[in-house]
Amino acid sequence: MEIVLSPEDEAFRQEVRGFLAEKLPPDIAKKTANGFRLAKDDHVRWQKILHARGWMAPNWPAEHGGTGWTPMRKHIFDEECALAGAPMVIPFGVTMVAPVIMKFGNDEQKARFLPRILSSEDWWCQGYSEPGSGSDLASLRTKAVLDGDHYVVNGQKTWTTLAQHADWMFTLVRTADTGKRQEGITFLLIDMKTPGVSVTPITTIDGGVEINSVFLDDVRVPVANRIGDEDQGWTYAKYLLGHERTSIAAVGRSKAQLRKLKAIARAEMSDGRPLIEDGDFARRLAQIEIDLLALESLVLRTLYAESAGKDPGPEASFLKIKGTEVQQGLTELLMEAIGPYAAPFQPEAFREDGWNEEPVGPDYGPALAPLYFNWRKASIYGGSNEIQKNIIAKMVLGL
Amino acid sequence: MSFALTDDQRQLADSIARFLDDKYAFDARRRIMAEDRGWSPAIWAEFAELGWLALPIAEEHGGLGGTTVDLALMMEHFGRSLVVEPFVASVVLGAETIARADEAKATELLPAVAEGKMTLALAHGEPTSRYDLSRVGTTAAPDGKGGWRLSGHKAVVLHGDSADRLIVSARTGGAEADRDGITLFLVDSAIAGVTRRPYPTIDGLRGADVILDDVSVSGDAVLGPVGGAFDVLEPVIDRACVALSAEAVGAMGATVQLTAEYMKTREQFGRPLGSFQVLQHRAVEMLSASEFARALCYRAAGAMDATFGAERSRAASAIKAEIGRAGKMIGEEAVQLHGGMGMTNEMAVGHYFKRLRIIDTSFGNAAHHLRRFATLG
Ligand SMILES: Cc1cc2nc3c(=O)[nH]c(=O)nc-3n(C[C@H](O)[C@H](O)[C@H](O)COP(=O)(O)OP(=O)(O)OC[C@H]3O[C@@H](n4cnc5c(N)ncnc54)[C@H](O)[C@@H]3O)c2cc1C
Repeated sequence: MEIVLSPEDEAFRQEVRGFLAEKLPPDIAKKTANGFRLAKDDHVRWQKILHARGWMAPNWPAEHGGTGWTPMRKHIFDEECALAGAPMVIPFGVTMVAPVIMKFGNDEQKARFLPRILSSEDWWCQGYSEPGSGSDLASLRTKAVLDGDHYVVNGQKTWTTLAQHADWMFTLVRTADTGKRQEGITFLLIDMKTPGVSVTPITTIDGGVEINSVFLDDVRVPVANRIGDEDQGWTYAKYLLGHERTSIAAVGRSKAQLRKLKAIARAEMSDGRPLIEDGDFARRLAQIEIDLLALESLVLRTLYAESAGKDPGPEASFLKIKGTEVQQGLTELLMEAIGPYAAPFQPEAFREDGWNEEPVGPDYGPALAPLYFNWRKASIYGGSNEIQKNIIAKMVLGL
Repeated sequence: MSFALTDDQRQLADSIARFLDDKYAFDARRRIMAEDRGWSPAIWAEFAELGWLALPIAEEHGGLGGTTVDLALMMEHFGRSLVVEPFVASVVLGAETIARADEAKATELLPAVAEGKMTLALAHGEPTSRYDLSRVGTTAAPDGKGGWRLSGHKAVVLHGDSADRLIVSARTGGAEADRDGITLFLVDSAIAGVTRRPYPTIDGLRGADVILDDVSVSGDAVLGPVGGAFDVLEPVIDRACVALSAEAVGAMGATVQLTAEYMKTREQFGRPLGSFQVLQHRAVEMLSASEFARALCYRAAGAMDATFGAERSRAASAIKAEIGRAGKMIGEEAVQLHGGMGMTNEMAVGHYFKRLRIIDTSFGNAAHHLRRFATLG
């Protein structure tokens, strides 16, 4: 059921493959293939290579340095990158804040931030969630008070992914307490080096440290770092959320994961035969593959509608739900595939800076149980899957 | 079997609960896990003192002769508190294997196990044996002087890192997956040729892979009949499956309770999570799965002491399959309903989730036991 490509798109696929074969650093590809953690430098190094080729921002319009690709080409590109073991491009800058800056930022902000996002000189993080405000984001309480040409910001953001690497954080803050809660929210860009910003790591159940609390204590943010108008941040944030949801489906990465799962299921033995020949396992693997095909089909349909000028709209929520279910299902089978070797916890075997010893069990083993536990996050973040269902019920079914 | 607990059993359960509430709160557990061995020798000594290590061991072997239902009660509480001491390894697997294999050795050694002075670990699984009990590639060859030489790799030996003695299965005859021809050896873990690669497990316990490189043992190291270990191990592991299931039942109960409490206190959109009907129903599904699993678990525990052969094995597979499925659902849902908080190592809920998932990978996961249940039927 491969999608039949036009000769031009097929040529494009070959071009991408050639580029990846030539330019993707083998040490990085090896880490991704084995599920090792990536260091900040691995991401930055790869993103700079993409930038040098002009392929850093497939989702941007050409005028700002985007590629001008059709949806099919974007899809081909994502898939080839994932299958080659290229690191995921960190979305916070290029995919998330950049479209907001382009649409709602002023010229000065565009000139100041966009080139540095494109060149990966700035690492961005997303400071929306707070301890008391997750699904109900509009209840956020981090406060910004105008003081001359600065806002003074106080509060706490949490679950902030990779804030430990970040130069900048785009964030939502409360500037008014009256009226509708959504109407008193402002979109601010905060330089992480500003006095009063402190980042504390949060260890997740897999033992990883990718999320943080960000404390904001009398942080002075120039008014020039405000996007659009005061109290209008909610509108800008909602614009961004649609973008987050289509990219979260991550079809290419799931295809790469499926390929890895099959390779592992061929290597692992069950009752003296390769696990992939075990009827029960094979059926579950087949089901995930079919789910992934269906997901890809709907993603392509949505991308085409988008290129015809149609907003992804609430349908994007389907992609988020199914995309994360497929991702989680794959991690589940990956963990199951190694049987009792899911238990040994050997994080040193997949740490960023490598390890010179042999792990206990198969080489691919140590990363798999942590991956499963870590990936439970996918149905929580980016608008939890329950919240997506609420959106669909209301916006699509009209319930 | 009886569906009601006796007074003695109720007393036992109460005293375990009191002890663990007092000494094994979540923070205390964290400190215990940070000790050298990953568990607390002091707590272990108290377990021995209280007679808990002796509980499932036969009276003639220095134990209290408790039933499998007694054992399940204890394991349920251990699951509720996520106890990390090597009780399953040393008592449920180790002592029971020796008791079933070798009367003389049991009389000699089990009193020390019951007193907590000696710990055991069962080194049976191998890198490619997965959940197949008869697949043993480790070899034992007679050395011509009445002793044996053992070579092989034993995988994921629960508490094999700290056990004083290892019970090692090795092939003395037959082909790799034959039931006949497997023999058990009692091996001092400190002797030449035994290399242990220790690690913590992701659920907070400890284990090791054990590599045997031409290890020389005397003829006295043999446990039970030469070539007859399968018939010893199968009933031991069936009962261990029930014990682990009881532990899972305890962990599931605690998980459901923690989740319900969280749903009462966490507010979003100006109301507690617990007021959203869709979430109420999911919590109810969790509770329901946990209650059915508990009921089936005690039935299976009763069957361990009252039935034999295929019927007994079916009972073990039934509950192990059940808690594998229920534990996964309950653990995943608990994390989901906790949102971001569920993903943090600071909250107990993630630790229950991890233990539940690793119990599933121990001695056969849900898929394995479903198939076994069907095959034995
Ligand atoms: C690994 C990870 C990375 C993250 N990265 C970032 C980041 O970089 N930046 C950022 O700003 N945030 C980030 N988040 C935060 C994420 O967006 C929130 O966790 C998410 O919005 C859920 O909020 P919460 O955790 O407060 O859970 P809660 O909102 O408390 O929800 C708890 C549970 O209740 C359910 N629920 C809540 N309300 C309803 C309802 N009305 N109907 C039905 N069910 C409901 C939820 O679906 C969930 O299952 C991250 C989270 C994780 C886990």
